[in-house]
Amino acid sequence: MSEKKKDELLNDHNHDGVDRRGFLKCMAWAGTGAFCVMKGGVLNSYSLSRLSEISAPDMMGELSFVQISDSHMGFNKPANPDVAGTLKAAVDKINALSRAPEFMLHTGDISHLSKPEEFDTVDQILKSATPKDVFYVPGEHDVLNDDGKQFMERYGKGSKGAGWYSFEKKGVHFIGLVNVMNLKAGGLGTLGHDQLEWLEDDVKHLKHSTPIVVFAHIPLWSVYPQWGWGTDDSAQALAYLKKFGSVTVLNGHIHQTMQKVEGNVTFHTAASTAFPQPAPGKADSPGPMKVPAEQLKSVLGITDVNYKQGKQALAVVDSSLA
Amino acid sequence: MRRSVSIAGLAAALVLGTLGFGTGQKSHVANAQEKMSMMEVKIDNFTFGPAALTVSVGTTVTWINKDDIPHTVVSTDDPKTFKSKVLDTDEKFSFTFSKAGTYPYFCSIHPKMTGKVIVQ
Repeated sequence: MSEKKKDELLNDHNHDGVDRRGFLKCMAWAGTGAFCVMKGGVLNSYSLSRLSEISAPDMMGELSFVQISDSHMGFNKPANPDVAGTLKAAVDKINALSRAPEFMLHTGDISHLSKPEEFDTVDQILKSATPKDVFYVPGEHDVLNDDGKQFMERYGKGSKGAGWYSFEKKGVHFIGLVNVMNLKAGGLGTLGHDQLEWLEDDVKHLKHSTPIVVFAHIPLWSVYPQWGWGTDDSAQALAYLKKFGSVTVLNGHIHQTMQKVEGNVTFHTAASTAFPQPAPGKADSPGPMKVPAEQLKSVLGITDVNYKQGKQALAVVDSSLA
Repeated sequence: MRRSVSIAGLAAALVLGTLGFGTGQKSHVANAQEKMSMMEVKIDNFTFGPAALTVSVGTTVTWINKDDIPHTVVSTDDPKTFKSKVLDTDEKFSFTFSKAGTYPYFCSIHPKMTGKVIVQ
């Protein structure tokens, strides 16, 4: 990925020597839990060791939620023979957060083979999480064999089309998008005409100062097209969001944390709670990546997001399960 | 896993009218025509191998998933000539090509995976 000069935000207000390039490098170290706060579009980064120096109002947002992703319930190969166990560990991690999240976002691949018992198991495990409300978008593993019918029955109430919808929490506008349906041979993720039309209409009357959070399974930016890690019509979606001062895009699918900032848009992908995948191009294919058993939890994780009213941007923190 | 293998085996038997097919090995040499009527595509590492397969009319092609992640085999035409259900590791899908033509297909879960069957 080449770095565009215009995206560079050189900011060393906290004097920890972590400028934006350093921050991106930091975020690439899976599970380091680098703490990043954006204030008025300016990125501040703190290493976890300096967490005590951040004032409580800076850290505590008025809205707190968690993103989990890619639980792949039903997967049982060597990369992780116990995905239920690691999902439970993720729930324990969520329940141990100092500020209880109000709700959770699951960015898809809930199940591995779209089997009813797989969905049931995830539902069961998530019942023991403190946040009771969970908002889902499907991954490609959730819509197998039945064109997403089961996903819609379980999680799609009130949604449009293949399961897209929006809702508001404390003045933040959340948009769940579906980019895993009707995939074309040789293509990437796709949103489709109907969904894009809906999106344009959905945000049309929102004030430019409304913080936007978009969540979808496949990344909405071009992470690595050769492996299908991108969405072919996301540019159109982002064009509809151009007017907003703060847009946070939360995705899954690639089973590793990655972040990119482009103007007012912060793109972020979450780790999986099931198994890691190789970094772009670092393996023949994007399949499950085996790591020594004792390292597994360190490459799986959750994402904690905090928003403070009055401050446009959201603080996005990844932490690994170990 | 045993259940799905036996279903695949039964399907293969019905299609081919030959018992014991499944491993690609034959205990006796079948006549040339019978040998040509079954071909295999191996799915592994997010790849169809071979990606381009040329067969004669009447051939049954069997895809077998040797990857550690599920895949599907779906023709790109509309309406679809063939469409497998999701294949987990070691599961198979077979289709008999009764008409000549070129049949591009892909994995609907991982659409970058493409292949084609050329039927002559």
